[in-house]
Amino acid sequence: MHAPLTPTARLPIGSDADLAWLRQHVRQCAADLGFGLVQQTKLVTAASELARNTLVHGGGGHVEITTPTDGARRGLRLSFVDSGPGIRDVDLALTDGYTTGGGLGMGLSGAKRLVQDFVLDTRPGLGTTVTITEWVSGFPAPRPGAR
Amino acid sequence: MVQHDTAPEVAEQLSEFLKRRREQIAHRWADAALFSNVFTVSRDEAVEAGRAVAEALADVARSGRLEDIEAPGFDTVRDQLGRMTSARTQSGYTPTQIAREVAGLRAPVAALLRAEFDDPADERMHACLLELTVLMGTLRLVVLETTINAGEELIARQRQQLLEVATPVIELWEGVVAVPLIGTLDSSRSQVVMESLLEAIVERRARYAILDITGVPTVDSLVAQHLMKTVAAARLMGAECIVSGIRPAIAQTIVHLGIDLGSILTRAGLADALAYALTQQGIAVSARPTAGADSR
Repeated sequence: MHAPLTPTARLPIGSDADLAWLRQHVRQCAADLGFGLVQQTKLVTAASELARNTLVHGGGGHVEITTPTDGARRGLRLSFVDSGPGIRDVDLALTDGYTTGGGLGMGLSGAKRLVQDFVLDTRPGLGTTVTITEWVSGFPAPRPGAR
Repeated sequence: MVQHDTAPEVAEQLSEFLKRRREQIAHRWADAALFSNVFTVSRDEAVEAGRAVAEALADVARSGRLEDIEAPGFDTVRDQLGRMTSARTQSGYTPTQIAREVAGLRAPVAALLRAEFDDPADERMHACLLELTVLMGTLRLVVLETTINAGEELIARQRQQLLEVATPVIELWEGVVAVPLIGTLDSSRSQVVMESLLEAIVERRARYAILDITGVPTVDSLVAQHLMKTVAAARLMGAECIVSGIRPAIAQTIVHLGIDLGSILTRAGLADALAYALTQQGIAVSARPTAGADSR
């Protein structure tokens, strides 16, 4: 279904400065692909949340940025990879307000609401990979909630 | 560290050569790009700098630590090389270009060294040339090291400056202060923002504090949390906080993210926030009636 993906970029996540760089990079990629301002802002915000999770909970890692196509649709896919302790209870972690890091507890659940496609793959002790995909909405894109 | 095998007598001979011919070396270097582009005013200065470098190389050669960038001999010229490379960096040269210029210093010395020997097949000449190459390679590393250190110092200084510059507190009206936030609000910056705002509230006896986030590109949950904490702290100081400059895209994002900013007073623009603060204080601002205007 999907055309083969070629990684377009792989950025490290190891410090606050890396997060700032990542936000700028994602904003630029999204703008280049033709995302609207609202979609851009949502995507950048989701990326910021997930990258901070990678940094704070996963002990750092990297993000892989690819641009998949599905027929005529073009999208932006971000994979946040860490080899930290993993998430023991995914449902709990996705609950609004649940936090172990002293934040608002909205990062993971909020990021899920901000994007069209959200896949969380975690193995306790081995690490966590969160992949989000957003499609350019030239024509109406199905939203997970509307299906 | 893997040490290159240097026969002491070869290093000694190279050192003696560098010391004896330092004037000629310095004159040739004065015409090389690295020196001539830095010391543009006076050639004598370039020659003097070149002489210092040649003497330093002679010292390093004598100590036998030809591959050691921490050899004491280099210390005497480190400052000078630092000044030279920072002059080059400021005129837009990259470390690669500077490294290439340093590499260009080897050939004139090698030519002088070759001229010392009558027989072009002399074993000792080849040994000396090899040592010279090693030594010049080390010099190149020393120069690069000073270049990078200078760059890092510059970045650290600029980061510090950015922290101070980016958070001015402005008094908009008696009792109304505003902070226009610009750029990334990471933890250290938001700490500075909070401190300067709270200080301004005390200093200016402000009843209203406006945080304008027009210049903040992304409001994620951490930024929102920083805003909430700042608002709560200002409230403890007896000031009411208004967050302004929330753009449409950011408003939608905050809603989807699920952050509840209901406890915070928000306004679309800075002007609205100021108008609110004035109205609350019973101040009405109206246009002055002009001569041609309708009489009321």
